[in-house]
Amino acid sequence: MSHPSLATACSAMLRRDLTLAWRRRGDIAMPVLYALIVTMLFPFALGPEDTLLQRIAGGVVLVTVLLAMLLALDAMFASDIEDGSLEQLVLAPQPLALMLGMKILAHWITTALPLIVIAPLMAAMLHLPGAVIPVLLLALLLATPLLSLLGAVLVALTAGTRRSGMLLALMLLPLCVPAVIFAAGAVAAAQQGLPWLAPVSWLGAALVLAVVLAPLACAAALRIALDA
Amino acid sequence: MTAANPAVPLLEARALSFHRQDEPVFAPLDFELCAGELALIEGDNGSGKTTLLRMLAGLLHLSAGELYWRGEPLQRDDCAGEILFLGHQLGLKADLSPRENLRIAAGLHGCRDGASVASALNAIGLRGYEDEPVRRLSAGQKKRAALARLLLLPASLWLLDEPYANLDRIGIALVNDLLETHTAAGGAALVTSHGTVSFHGGEPRHIRMHA
Repeated sequence: MSHPSLATACSAMLRRDLTLAWRRRGDIAMPVLYALIVTMLFPFALGPEDTLLQRIAGGVVLVTVLLAMLLALDAMFASDIEDGSLEQLVLAPQPLALMLGMKILAHWITTALPLIVIAPLMAAMLHLPGAVIPVLLLALLLATPLLSLLGAVLVALTAGTRRSGMLLALMLLPLCVPAVIFAAGAVAAAQQGLPWLAPVSWLGAALVLAVVLAPLACAAALRIALDA
Repeated sequence: MTAANPAVPLLEARALSFHRQDEPVFAPLDFELCAGELALIEGDNGSGKTTLLRMLAGLLHLSAGELYWRGEPLQRDDCAGEILFLGHQLGLKADLSPRENLRIAAGLHGCRDGASVASALNAIGLRGYEDEPVRRLSAGQKKRAALARLLLLPASLWLLDEPYANLDRIGIALVNDLLETHTAAGGAALVTSHGTVSFHGGEPRHIRMHA
């Protein structure tokens, strides 16, 4: 008896989650709409003053994107636990951590990627100079997967508990502070014409660490959640 | 599949028990299950039938006792993919069709030789419903979609929790047929049920559970 190759299993997993997300397209649109509305409200609240908006633009876009990602975070494993798919996944002859990594990747593609696509639009609404937008996108490309991975670990840890939303938000806050500081720091540095590579490198390093460790932690936490 | 000495049981449990908050869920169990054997787990509601199956599948840790797989202390890596568990939660995504659900299962577990998603769905009686989202199927059809995994996936030990629930008479006969073919081919199965079940292939072993 031969088990399917890792590549087959990974692609089956990824395709499954992407198909499921596509069947519920409305859920994908929600964080995007939320981010657009929040960014649109800032100029109304603060007044159409270019210099002020420019100064806060990078930070506002980053924080809005990260908060919009939180909206979809707690659904990451909930339905799989409810319908028994997770049990089947745990029992499959495949490395659980890798399969969960694919789930996290699918989650990132369906929630973070649309937000990154509209980020230039959000930045433009706040008068962020065009030259800074590539740095903003780079910072988002590194910070959003980091948040997906950290968030996945926390979702997995709180999987067994009821009404885990509040607990999740409280636990995630300290973890996403460094990501916000470095990402916003890179954008601010680029805006002032300073070198921005160092904070971006820190983000990259944190991401590499999270890519390796977070799926393993998720797998362990979900096994414990099922073992009850 | 490794050639097993027929005298060595596929699965052996010695003084198996499970505790929930330091209370034993069921009395210590001893049993052996050889290749080609079918055992019916009987017990009242709450006697721990589902708990036992989840434990054997590897979802729950043993509180006490030992499990042996083909004569060796059971290592989850050794029997990965050899045990197929079908629980109360069917493991089907409601937004996907039976065909898509089975494709995913095959992608993760692999396929039996000569089995295909289409033939498994035909044999289980879901012809014409292959591409309907599972959420629109009846409870019995959902059960059939989950049972189609038995036809498709390679596994030597089936752990079936209430496989007859929600099924009509034809469905029940179908499950019995599946079990008969499986045991005839050298597989083994543990089945829980609180209804009375009649098998074609003689009287199965009974494992009685006491709280």
